[in-house]
Amino acid sequence: MQPQTPAHEVSQVELDRRQYRRQQQIKSVITSLVSTVVFVAVIMVGLHLSPGWPRVKETFFSAEYFVQSFPDVLKGLWLNVRVLLVALVGVAILSTLIALVRTSRSPILFPLRVLALLYTTVMRGVPIIVVLYLIGFGIPGLGLFGRIDPSILGTIAVVMGYSAYVSEVLRAGFDDVHPSQRASARSLGLTAGQTTRLVVIPQALRKVAPALMNDFISMQKDVGLISVLGAVDAVRAAQIDVASTYNFTPYVVASLLFILMSVPFILLNDWYTARLRKRELSAGTV
Amino acid sequence: MTKATETMTNTTVDTAAHDATGARDMTKPVLRLDDIRKSFGSTQVLRGISFEIRPHEVVALLGPSGSGKSTLMKCVNLLEQVDDGQIWLGDTDITDPRANQDQIRSRIGVVFQQFNLFPHMSVMKNVTLAAIKVHHWDRDRAEARALELLDRIGMRDKAGAYPDQLSGGQQQRVAIARALMTDPELLLLDEITSALDPMLVGEVLNMVAELKSQGTTILMATHEMSFAHDAADRIVLLRHGVIAENGTPREVMDESQNPETQEFFAHFRH
Repeated sequence: MQPQTPAHEVSQVELDRRQYRRQQQIKSVITSLVSTVVFVAVIMVGLHLSPGWPRVKETFFSAEYFVQSFPDVLKGLWLNVRVLLVALVGVAILSTLIALVRTSRSPILFPLRVLALLYTTVMRGVPIIVVLYLIGFGIPGLGLFGRIDPSILGTIAVVMGYSAYVSEVLRAGFDDVHPSQRASARSLGLTAGQTTRLVVIPQALRKVAPALMNDFISMQKDVGLISVLGAVDAVRAAQIDVASTYNFTPYVVASLLFILMSVPFILLNDWYTARLRKRELSAGTV
Repeated sequence: MTKATETMTNTTVDTAAHDATGARDMTKPVLRLDDIRKSFGSTQVLRGISFEIRPHEVVALLGPSGSGKSTLMKCVNLLEQVDDGQIWLGDTDITDPRANQDQIRSRIGVVFQQFNLFPHMSVMKNVTLAAIKVHHWDRDRAEARALELLDRIGMRDKAGAYPDQLSGGQQQRVAIARALMTDPELLLLDEITSALDPMLVGEVLNMVAELKSQGTTILMATHEMSFAHDAADRIVLLRHGVIAENGTPREVMDESQNPETQEFFAHFRH
């Protein structure tokens, strides 16, 4: 992209500036290296000086229990993955509907708008674990449907809780699409529905993609909460192992697996956000 | 249908287009406004506007800020509802709430000041969207037509580009091409050069001049006085929501005896 300037000799001023920037860079790398080493050293020394460290180490980081519980927890994680995938679809549908209702302006939809506002306000205020209890124990308690698998009820609860957050993110995205875009689309003869589907939603999604991915990563770990309903997911499988051994290493195993599961999406999110930034910075020609 | 834009595909059809549309259309207005009124709250923005646009006519809508130009354009495009009066597009009363508004909008090509193009779609997708989704053309036909139009504005090689890779002037030209895709009966240009770098205004105005020479019927709101003077067949000058002048550029801009009109145009003669 750089224009070719073969005959140009770089001025002394620019050479000085480059040298200064290089020095600053080296300085900041050294500073961060030193501070990291010091930080880790303080933690290590602190742990080893504390009288209970050997016991904590044995209880949480035992290699033996790690190997022993790994298969059970991994099997449990498969349930988390399935719940996550179903919840993802559920949240996408429900939150889009709520966001569309919230951004609608038609007077006919006023009651629905109030309902959506109430829903998002209440759902975002209630701790997700309470939602899980309400759905997970409340619905079977009604005695209407017979026995329902706790993982299904857990999925419903996660969908309900997360839809409230995600719908607000989407709403911000919808509002952020310039009104001229809607006007342009309608001027071409597109219906209101086509305008929303083809013009508004795709643009809104691009604008809020980083925030959505963040919510997704957060949901990835919160599907572990369905264990409180008794569904044997990774956390529950770890809990069962802990109950029989009084060693907490299985929880660490579960955490590690959750982290591993989220790393690809965290990287994807960072990459996408960086790409968006780059694009915005380069769009300075108009 | 005036089929005015059919000539975009072929420069020699200028006269043919006149023949094709026939003498009947020559006398019948493409657009007729009859005593249009519009208020926002207690502010009367349009206070009885009546004029017509005949086939192949280019009408420039001029007036100071707040004179009601944009509101009038929005009423014609059904983005605003009139409070009273009627607007006829050919034989259709477009102010009739029983009329199919989406269908009417698809008969009028519109280009706004900016943000016309959809940034998440390539130039080709932008230009073919309405033809495929609204007029139900098949993709091949739409893309062939789009390439013809892009070719005429020298942007065939930009078909795969995204709007933010184009200059402001190129974006507006693509927006005009998009508006012309399905041969609208009327082209509305709402201050299409107002947001452009002065360097880029020329290329867009040249395109409008070319459309005029091909017989496209155009209603344009603009601040480009010298362009209006040279390109428009007629000037409609709005002032405080009423038509202050309605005549040829010469009559309105050069020979008007109205002191307010003279003062308005004096601002632009430096």
